[in-house]
Amino acid sequence: MFKIIRKEIFSPVTYMWEIEVPDIASSSKPGQFVIVHHNEKSERVPLTIADFDAERGTITLVIQVVGKTSKEMMSYEAGDSILDVAGPLGEASHIDKIGTVLFVGGGLGVAPIYPQLRAFKEKGNHTISIVGFRSKEIVFWEERFRYFSDELIITTDDGSYGEKGLVTEPLKRLISHGVVNLVVAIGPLVMMRACAEVTRPFGIKTIVSLNPIMVDGTGMCGSCRVSVGNEVKFACIDGPDMDGHIVNFDELLVRQKRFDKYEKIALKRFESSQ
Amino acid sequence: MKNINTINPERSPAGHQEPAIRRKNFLEVVTGYTDDVALTEADRCLQCKKPACITGCPVNINIKGFIHEITNQRYENAYRIVTEANLFPSICGRVCPQEKQCESKCVVGKKYAPVAIGTLERFVGDLAQKNNWTDKSEIKRNGKRAAIIGSGPSGLACASDLAKAGFEVVIFEALHLPGGVLMYGIPEFRLPKGIVSREIENLKNLGIKIETNKIIGKTHTIEDLMHKHGFDAVFIGTGAGYPQSPGIKGEFLNGVMSANEFLTRVNLMHGYDFPTHATPVGIGHDIAVIGCGNTAMDAARVALRLNTKNVYIVYRRTVNESPARKEEIKHAMEEGVQFIWLTAPVEILGTTDGWIKGMRCIKLQQGEPDSKGRLTVSPILGTEFTLDVDTVIYALGTMANPIIGKTTAHLKLDKNGYIPVDDETQMTSIPGVFAGGDISKSSWTFTTVIHAMGKGRRAAKGMIDFVSHKS
Ligand SMILES: Cc1cc2nc3c(=O)[nH]c(=O)nc-3n(C[C@H](O)[C@H](O)[C@H](O)COP(=O)(O)OP(=O)(O)OC[C@H]3O[C@@H](n4cnc5c(N)ncnc54)[C@H](O)[C@@H]3O)c2cc1C
Ligand code: FES
Repeated sequence: MFKIIRKEIFSPVTYMWEIEVPDIASSSKPGQFVIVHHNEKSERVPLTIADFDAERGTITLVIQVVGKTSKEMMSYEAGDSILDVAGPLGEASHIDKIGTVLFVGGGLGVAPIYPQLRAFKEKGNHTISIVGFRSKEIVFWEERFRYFSDELIITTDDGSYGEKGLVTEPLKRLISHGVVNLVVAIGPLVMMRACAEVTRPFGIKTIVSLNPIMVDGTGMCGSCRVSVGNEVKFACIDGPDMDGHIVNFDELLVRQKRFDKYEKIALKRFESSQ
Repeated sequence: MKNINTINPERSPAGHQEPAIRRKNFLEVVTGYTDDVALTEADRCLQCKKPACITGCPVNINIKGFIHEITNQRYENAYRIVTEANLFPSICGRVCPQEKQCESKCVVGKKYAPVAIGTLERFVGDLAQKNNWTDKSEIKRNGKRAAIIGSGPSGLACASDLAKAGFEVVIFEALHLPGGVLMYGIPEFRLPKGIVSREIENLKNLGIKIETNKIIGKTHTIEDLMHKHGFDAVFIGTGAGYPQSPGIKGEFLNGVMSANEFLTRVNLMHGYDFPTHATPVGIGHDIAVIGCGNTAMDAARVALRLNTKNVYIVYRRTVNESPARKEEIKHAMEEGVQFIWLTAPVEILGTTDGWIKGMRCIKLQQGEPDSKGRLTVSPILGTEFTLDVDTVIYALGTMANPIIGKTTAHLKLDKNGYIPVDDETQMTSIPGVFAGGDISKSSWTFTTVIHAMGKGRRAAKGMIDFVSHKS
């Protein structure tokens, strides 16, 4: 059992847990994820580690409600315990001093870029961040991003805060005007695909973090397989970071729908039981 | 005097659920022997002077001895004899390919059906579980600590021997439940999870600690275990569970999955009980399983029990070459799995929105034997056909998982990522680090539960020896 020591609600569909898992806190590196199995009957869900603190012995997860499982998890409060947390899983991101690194985070990808941003900054890179939210009320971690970003752009879909529009707009503008050596984009598949398309003509290496449907997270089931270039990769052990220019996003978008039918059944049943 | 002409020529059948009933449930198919039937069957054993069966057993159980004790109704003695060589008779009695091992060498088998050694072994193991005949000998602590990576049969067997030898033993398991393939792969109707859990409980009673959710190489590296956590020896029993994909067009379509994914969803995550258990299984009504090993057989028979219409096994060879236990093939046939022999998949066909709608196959013919003596197969032109299925499950074997290899400096791997070990001690290229089970490569390469256990125990000996020389 692992105790949630802090919970914050960022929006009606986004919340944060800080969980006590000393082993994982002290071995985590930016880019890695954990598998959470919150009770005996639940699914095993992969969640990117949004922050880790070896001294406190905690990791932070930012979770967006997408279905029954994430909704049920939202009812867990500080002080409650969750059954299983396994990790850290996946390959850590390569953090080098390379010059200017531009981070793009959107939706459920905002929190996961934070550990990478911090690590790249601490390595001495010039950092620019673009983080996108739906509207002003759900903006979170602005200070954290500002602290490690030499330049920070916030976008909202409705223009209620920062720039109005999609994250790809400032991305396009920034890479056309200045030297950017690496782009790290994390968020919904369509957003990552769009970012990769924006950077492709400029030949700027673009790393995306994939979060396909997983079961074990240890390379044993192949649920998370994706085509990258001409190769079959398992996101849980070869990734989650991948070269955004050669990921087959179309295939992945279809594979994300594998269990939609069941998701709907589960959610409906869960909601009617509430 | 008992001899081949005086014994009962008929092998005593084990109790089992009728096919029409069992294909609708997950209860155990074979219910085993009652005392009376076990006695009748044990009486068929000729008590040979030179028991050939023992040489057929990968861990050389004193089969003659334990069957003799059954005939004398000294069941606990029988159990003690079996467990000298095999710690988990309830498990092996159910899953060993006896027809290729002990029973293939049984002298009775030259004339009649061989003595049902496996069913007798299981009988003894189940009695032990029922009566709680655990090992009560006192353990003298030796002050040494051993880390076991992976809680499959090799890890469990190794842990047990080390604990009995006085080690403080910690098992690190990546998943949330221990047991390895016994838990996530082999289905309930063939190996009830209660049986596995009870064996694991017994190990805990020996003082063995099991830490689930710990991925060695990630949560801790092997180096951490040895240098930071102070383990004197480490055993790697991580299995080889990385599924091989069919490598044909359409394998990424929705509705195509590995047998490991399918079985894990059902066994470990209880997907058959969706939505009460939240993990869906996601199969359709007409299922093709590619392959014909134990995993394929398990996948097909599980699929059969999940409200499906047709379940096919598509295999490139014939029943004679099939690597699955003969009993499983027989059970699968009785239950209604449809076997399509000498057939290979060519392409999985999909709809425009990415879902599978069928599988193109081609018929094969057998030719001359290859260098290993297996008959070669070649496609027969013009025999392509479409199998009308909405789900494809591939069970084409598994490979070494790369996590340990990638994260352990100086650990020698072979070109496929397996860990070569010393034949006698199971030690790897790193002193103090041992390996066994499916991940280890010695000159002895069978991947079965009993071989995994045998290697785990051999490693335990190697580890005991190693630490005694170290200090
Ligand atoms: C579906 C199926 C049916 C089978 N049927 C039979 C049968 O009828 N008879 C038979 O004899 N054999 C059968 N086999 C083969 C048999 O199960 C294996 O040979 C045996 O389980 C191997 O044991 P093992 O201890 O090497 O590893 P496994 O049983 O594979 O266990 C390895 C364990 O290690 C864990 N692990 C992996 N990596 C790490 C890590 N880095 N850190 C921590 N833990 C880790 C895994 O999660 C797993 O729990 C079957 C296999 C399958 C898949
Ligand atoms: S999640 Fe099972 S292999 Fe990646």
